[in-house]
Amino acid sequence: MTTATTALPVRRALTRTARDRRRSFVDRFFRVLSLLAALLGVIPLVAILVFVTLNGIKALNLDLITKPPRALGIGGGAAGAILGTIQMVGLATLIAVPIGILAGVYVSEFSGRRSARVIRFAGDVLVGVPSILVGIFVFTFLVLPFKQFNAFAGAVALAVIMVPVIMRTTEEILRIVPGGLREASLSLGVPVWRTVLSVVIPTGLAGILTGVMLAVARAAGETAPLLFTALGSRLINVGDFGRPMDALPLFIYTNARQPYEALNEQAWGAAFLLLVFVLAINVLVRFRTWGRRAG
Amino acid sequence: MTSIARPTRNLAPGRTRYADRLFRGVSRFGAITVLVILIGLGVMLTLTSLPALREFGIAGFVTGTTWDPVASIYGALPYIVGTLLSSAIALVIATPVAILTAIYLSELAPSRVAIPLTFLIELIAAIPSVVIGLWGVFVLTPFLKVTIEAFMVDTLGSTFPIFEGPPLGIGLFAAGVILAIMILPTIVSVSREVITSVPTAQREAMYALGATRWEVVTKAVLPTARSGIVGAIILGLGRALGETMAVTMVIGNASDIPTSLFDQSQTIASKIATTFNEATSELQVSSLIALGLVLLVITIALNIIARLMVWRVAGPAGGE
Amino acid sequence: MSVNLSDPPTAQPPEQAAQGAVADPAAPAASTQPGAPRPTTLPPRIETRPGTDPATAPTPESEAEAVPGYIEVANLSAYYGAFRAVREVSMTIRPHAVTAIIGPSGCGKSTFLRSLNRMHELIPGAHIEGKLMLDGLDLYAPGVDPVQLRRIVGMVFQRPNPFPTMSIYDNVVAGLRLTGRHPRSFLDETVERCLVNAALWDEVKDKLKQPGTSLSGGQQQRLCIARALAVDPEVLLMDEPASALDPVATLRIEELMSQLRESYTIVIVTHNMQQAARVSDQTAFFNMGDDRAGYLVEMADTATIFTNPADQLTEDYVSGRFG
Repeated sequence: MTTATTALPVRRALTRTARDRRRSFVDRFFRVLSLLAALLGVIPLVAILVFVTLNGIKALNLDLITKPPRALGIGGGAAGAILGTIQMVGLATLIAVPIGILAGVYVSEFSGRRSARVIRFAGDVLVGVPSILVGIFVFTFLVLPFKQFNAFAGAVALAVIMVPVIMRTTEEILRIVPGGLREASLSLGVPVWRTVLSVVIPTGLAGILTGVMLAVARAAGETAPLLFTALGSRLINVGDFGRPMDALPLFIYTNARQPYEALNEQAWGAAFLLLVFVLAINVLVRFRTWGRRAG
Repeated sequence: MTSIARPTRNLAPGRTRYADRLFRGVSRFGAITVLVILIGLGVMLTLTSLPALREFGIAGFVTGTTWDPVASIYGALPYIVGTLLSSAIALVIATPVAILTAIYLSELAPSRVAIPLTFLIELIAAIPSVVIGLWGVFVLTPFLKVTIEAFMVDTLGSTFPIFEGPPLGIGLFAAGVILAIMILPTIVSVSREVITSVPTAQREAMYALGATRWEVVTKAVLPTARSGIVGAIILGLGRALGETMAVTMVIGNASDIPTSLFDQSQTIASKIATTFNEATSELQVSSLIALGLVLLVITIALNIIARLMVWRVAGPAGGE
Repeated sequence: MSVNLSDPPTAQPPEQAAQGAVADPAAPAASTQPGAPRPTTLPPRIETRPGTDPATAPTPESEAEAVPGYIEVANLSAYYGAFRAVREVSMTIRPHAVTAIIGPSGCGKSTFLRSLNRMHELIPGAHIEGKLMLDGLDLYAPGVDPVQLRRIVGMVFQRPNPFPTMSIYDNVVAGLRLTGRHPRSFLDETVERCLVNAALWDEVKDKLKQPGTSLSGGQQQRLCIARALAVDPEVLLMDEPASALDPVATLRIEELMSQLRESYTIVIVTHNMQQAARVSDQTAFFNMGDDRAGYLVEMADTATIFTNPADQLTEDYVSGRFG
């Protein structure tokens, strides 16, 4: 083994050469640029919130919330849309939550590694499918055969969008539940089904509910899947899922394209209502997640 | 000698096993439903687009440039081009901003700033597309019309046909801008995850060699995170391709292949959204669904590629 | 002078005995406290060279300017925000010597080490008080750029961390490339020189283009040492450099340390007392105080620390009574 033969290093002063000054400049330049980029990314959000709030509040009045669109001419409100959203999202939730949670439970608790990966992969792919294609899909088997646009198809379309979201959140949450809990329960002689229902799921319940809430927020804001299923309507439809039904996103879309300013205003008002609902859920969910993480 | 009375223990399976199997079967039902939905989607879309595909041939449909309901000729190319162009514009605008933002949020920002800023940017993803479209039509496009578009047309319009006017606000460029806004959170959040998953040891090694903060980012962090970031960009692209409402509201309405950034155009999604319910003939409906099938294939392929790239850096749990 | 590990531990080269540099491992040291168990055998030293005998080592005042790499620490305290992790350490670190920092876990050894090349302040809220001087130059003075400083005071970490996306060659010159475009010939020469100095050249000279992570743990650590050497530092800080390695690799690193001290000031943190005894010329013993801050208990020549420490705490630690 040869000995080190470096000469004694010559002391360098701790000052910078021109190249070092340039490195320092580049460093500061890009750090500032990154900050600007981040601010740039926030500007659209602020702009959207500001305009929707300003224009939306202007349009808020009792009529908007309580009346349907006028049969002839301009006026009325979004009552039909509000009720429609509540009904269809509600029904969609009823359909999607059991399926989504069960699928999540299956992938996390029961399946072997291979089938878990397949189903998780299917869920991921499904999440990325454009929602308008989901609308077409449901159209082909719930509208076309009956030659009738109907709210039930709308609810099913929303459910199809919600299921993979709920499934993925459920699975992620259940995966975090420590295996020791399951083992403790099983070693006491508690059967598997009881363990899952009484121990595992309750432990992850908060997270699962979070996933459901986020899926609801998403479904409430979807327009495209409803275009060819529920179609939208100018009448208030309560309870009849065999006929078309309006929804807030549809209402906004339709009224935005009309050449009448009064109708455009209604669109802003409805958009404000929808935005408040969706953002409230999102903010609530995120604060709860952070509270738990920080605490 | 006393004998201890032992209680009789019944170790036979009993009802529990039945309940377990029932539960397992029920939950398996949920999982299979997901699979069925996905497969059903593909199958139904394919079946219902067969008439159109048989009529024009797959290649003929995809490359056909005319969409004429009167003559019953349907070609997908203008909409494929519109989709790709608007998404390309969105990527060009969003990618540098998103990557710089992700770097800032995960490497450079103090956590007091990073946490609220991250929250705000991710909040954009929660806004319904139709609300963004509404804002786009009444706020963004007039703004673009008088500022950026007017500027670009005046300075570059005469030299490059791609920048020719008239700047109407509504059109391909506006669609690109709005898509950029919508895919920014996706690229930022996935990139952030990928960047934070780079082990600290590499950053330390670079610091110890006397590197500036930016050099640590570009020479130690980014090279390792590179494929994950590319995956994030592809995920953003996938989202842009499938986006419907906001694009529909600002892209205008034209059936020709756009020649300028400021032309009106249509994407696959916007075309389907605007004409589906007015379709008269079965062939038209089938053609529109075939259009959707093209979009589905592209989206799923991109999604798979993107996930593979993100997995490579951040592990199977990484990603959105 | 080459290392020969086949020498039986108790045999001493005649020069050593004449200089009295190292206490005779076989002879029990005089006990100052009756009844107290003492470490009577010093682990065999890797090497002792003439000139590093503590008794004849260059004295601070006369050699500070002529021999670069002289570190003076005055009342250094290291903080994480409001929490003081290291309390008022004062010491002198000599060049061309290995200084070992030992002590129980959590007593601020690594924090102290990192404050020597200002890596400590990379953590948000972390700062120091006190003075740190390298050859009379205040390292924490306002005009001093930490980036520049870290080229003079290099660091090797506990877990080998070669850059995974770079080849062995690129890893070695990674630091050099930060400071400008160097001609290929210079880079080639640097790579060979540093890998030789890191005792890795023979093993990798035919596969310089392979990824840095394709080497074994011990080789990776030597690669990291080569990488640190390439930027031409004067001081090399090593934070438990062999703790993640197997015993054979550990021994090679220790041999390397002995060689490197001829040209650099080396400061190592180690939880392995035998390693400190084998390799270092000076040892500093840190302990954790009641305020949960680490402090310097005692610092002296290695032989003294291990056979005749002045402080009871030191004696307890080196004799294995706690920590």
